[in-house]
Amino acid sequence: MKRVLVALILACLTLCASAALDPLLVRQLAAEDSDEKIAAIEALAKSGDPEAVALLKRLDEGTLKDEQGEDITINNRVRGKIAEAMAALRLFDREPKARLIAVKELLGNIDPGMATMLAKARDHESEPRIKALLEEAYALATIRAADPAVRLAAVKALATSGDANVRTLLLDYYWNKAAEPDLAIRRVAFASYLEVMQRIEIADLVGKVFSGLSLGSILLLAALGLAITYGVMGVINMAHGELLMIGAYTTYAMQGLFRAHLPGFVDWYVLAAVPLAFFAAAAVGILLERTVIRRLYGRPLETLLATWGLSLILIQAARVFFGAQNVEVANPAWMSGGIEVLPSIVLPLNRIVIIGFSLFVLSLVWVLMNKTRLGMFVRAVTQNRPMAGCVGVPTSRVDTLAFGLGAGIAGLGGVALSQIANVGPDMGQGYIVDSFLVVVVGGVGQLAGAVWAALGLGVIAKFLEGWTGAVIAKIAVLVFVIIFIQKRPQGLFALKGRFVES
Amino acid sequence: MQNRRNFLKVTAITAALAAAGLTSFSALAADTIKVGILHSLSGTMAISETALKETALMTIDEINAKGGVMGKKLEAVVVDPASNWPLFAEKARQLISQDKVAVVFGCWTSVSRKSVNPVFKELNGLLFYPVQYEGEELEKNVFYTGAAPNQQAIPAVEYLMSKDGGAAKRWVLLGTDYVYPRTTNKILRAFLKAKGVADADIMEEYTPFGHSDYQTIIAKIKKFAGEGKKTAVVSTINGDSNVPFYKELGNAGLKATDVPVVAFSVGEEELRGVDTKPLVGHLAAWNYFESIKNPENTAFIKLYKDWAVKQKLPNASTVVTNDPMEATYIGIHMWAQAVEKAKSTDTDKVIAAMAGQKFKAPDGFDIEMDPKNHHLHKPVFIGEVKADGQFNVVWKTKGPIKAQPWSPYIAGNDKKKDEPDTK
Repeated sequence: MKRVLVALILACLTLCASAALDPLLVRQLAAEDSDEKIAAIEALAKSGDPEAVALLKRLDEGTLKDEQGEDITINNRVRGKIAEAMAALRLFDREPKARLIAVKELLGNIDPGMATMLAKARDHESEPRIKALLEEAYALATIRAADPAVRLAAVKALATSGDANVRTLLLDYYWNKAAEPDLAIRRVAFASYLEVMQRIEIADLVGKVFSGLSLGSILLLAALGLAITYGVMGVINMAHGELLMIGAYTTYAMQGLFRAHLPGFVDWYVLAAVPLAFFAAAAVGILLERTVIRRLYGRPLETLLATWGLSLILIQAARVFFGAQNVEVANPAWMSGGIEVLPSIVLPLNRIVIIGFSLFVLSLVWVLMNKTRLGMFVRAVTQNRPMAGCVGVPTSRVDTLAFGLGAGIAGLGGVALSQIANVGPDMGQGYIVDSFLVVVVGGVGQLAGAVWAALGLGVIAKFLEGWTGAVIAKIAVLVFVIIFIQKRPQGLFALKGRFVES
Repeated sequence: MQNRRNFLKVTAITAALAAAGLTSFSALAADTIKVGILHSLSGTMAISETALKETALMTIDEINAKGGVMGKKLEAVVVDPASNWPLFAEKARQLISQDKVAVVFGCWTSVSRKSVNPVFKELNGLLFYPVQYEGEELEKNVFYTGAAPNQQAIPAVEYLMSKDGGAAKRWVLLGTDYVYPRTTNKILRAFLKAKGVADADIMEEYTPFGHSDYQTIIAKIKKFAGEGKKTAVVSTINGDSNVPFYKELGNAGLKATDVPVVAFSVGEEELRGVDTKPLVGHLAAWNYFESIKNPENTAFIKLYKDWAVKQKLPNASTVVTNDPMEATYIGIHMWAQAVEKAKSTDTDKVIAAMAGQKFKAPDGFDIEMDPKNHHLHKPVFIGEVKADGQFNVVWKTKGPIKAQPWSPYIAGNDKKKDEPDTK
């Protein structure tokens, strides 16, 4: 008898896990109507029961089933309410991370009823960053309090916010005489508004400059290889975009390889792809140079046609090997998401990594060109080919190696592109014009010119885009480059010194 | 003399051979009915259109397995117009006048349809167009099996305005720069104005085809949304630009509970290859989702999955079905029914027989071709993205609704006829 009783209790403990919660409320979660669902969520959250939290979490993830065993579906409105309810419960979580997420979630939907809870959370809080956000939340909750002193404090406290919604709210507050009769408080609100606005404007500017630099770094990666082959060697290589494509496809192949054989390290496939993409593209580059381009030195028009034909062959080859459709290259986890600088500006990690990567490639090229024997030979051949030949520089081998170097760097650019753009057979076509623009604006034969031109064009394009939209911005940049070249045909930086051909 | 006789002989033999060739050719042609498939298999639209080619081939295979049409097997002629709009017209002409196809299934973007329309008109061909579009057109030679604006765009915006949709007050209309997004946004702007939304609360943005850098746009949306009032984004971005757009959206942490994005050209197929976890809750409006549960849909999904495995399509284990694929499937079946009814593949006879055709579609309804206006009566579903890349239907119409190709929100449309001019 006793044993049966114990068994019963045990069974109840496991089966009636949610019996502690009001079963009516739990059933109500499966209601068709969102209002009923939300009422149930709010009632469950109010209980503060850890069971309720677990239940809501499952509802949010879509794994909660109703009595018929069907998934209970929720919409954005319900999802928002769940997030709010969970946030209120998590404000007192032991983990600072959870508290930070909770207060951020709450900030969007503050109502005066939360004031006491927020005050309590704020007084408990030890992390300065979360405390500041709680302060802001508390101010938002008490901005319409009956006591003028509390209102004044709230309006003052909001000056430290960086949220665009707070800015709008403060401006409305200043203008709304009916809701706030006290002119002094309204003036303080205006002062706070100016402060918030200034902060947002600065953040906006930082964001624009960042996206400009990001675009610039991509242009630089795409153009740097061309700066060597076209700028230094004078070869108009229309197949340059396809060398980028080879780099991108190498990344894709590495991803497949890692997924199949090293699933534990799949996040690091990009690093493995870097050297491989360099050598793959360099090998193709050397092959092109040895078989076609070297026979056409000094005949720019024929080179142009021949390399254009090569580019078509390479595109078709990619279609044959990888299919005509784009392939999926996923960002590794450490390149997903972003760093929040202010609520209004998030810097995406993949772009930050690419800016860093372009700096790395740039320094690599600089060291190669200025500190190595090969670099010295390349510079010598650039400046005066017959003379370099006379003093024993193997010009034809230098040509091959320099072309391979340029192609390899294009391959590196392809690795970067695979992380932000689509990878497909004709992806290179979209970059060839931009690459030539960068090299021509920068000044033929100058690496420094390419750097400044890439960053400059990137920032200009992004500022214009914010102002005129993407389509007009693209046209405007082209017009700008045409005018620039008219005024300064030698580009930003002209080579100085004695040259044979000029 | 000798030469001349030889010449005569040769001519006679050649003529005889040619005649034999011709008869054998026409004998062969009588055994099969040729149908053209005109979808981009490369370029920026390949991401969306390749699956439609596969669906068309699968449906033709299915019909052939059941004995074909009028006792004849269907023979597919596949061409690749490569996301190149003028090439669409060239390939359409080739299909009709050279390959002598009875019907063409094809096109995705409106610009490609606009480019082939004159060809179909001139040669009196027949085109089945399977994608949602902007309306403002009614061609005698075209059947539209996708949605008109009142079957997709307008209900989606109405949903976002409702309490459950978040009661949006400000709107970002974001699209690729061509005729479909521009016209749809024109209709939506007129609709929003009719609902009392001020011009200052609407932002319109366009990007070129194949655009891949959405940082500025996302920053702009954030800024616009930060000016108070609930904001929603209506996206008519087409093609592979959607991948970088959604990647950037996820990275920037713009959540669906704050600023929902509803897309009209993004379905299950386009979201393959995007990490959808940060995108949970963003929306799409269609007339079909893979997640809809009914026997027809289960059979349709199985048919396609088996087809993908059989054809060894890339990533065959993860293939999905979507709305334009369903519309392609309906279109081919309805055409086959109409040919059986007309007992002919003659364009005009088939057009007459198409009126009122019914088909039990994977969306769960008996779908009907309107007797007059060449559009289907379709149900509307609004879905939210789930973590696995599928959609969760959060709103739907009770049943199929009639298409309005001439949107009442564009001035002057009330005078237009709800049927194509016959000549």
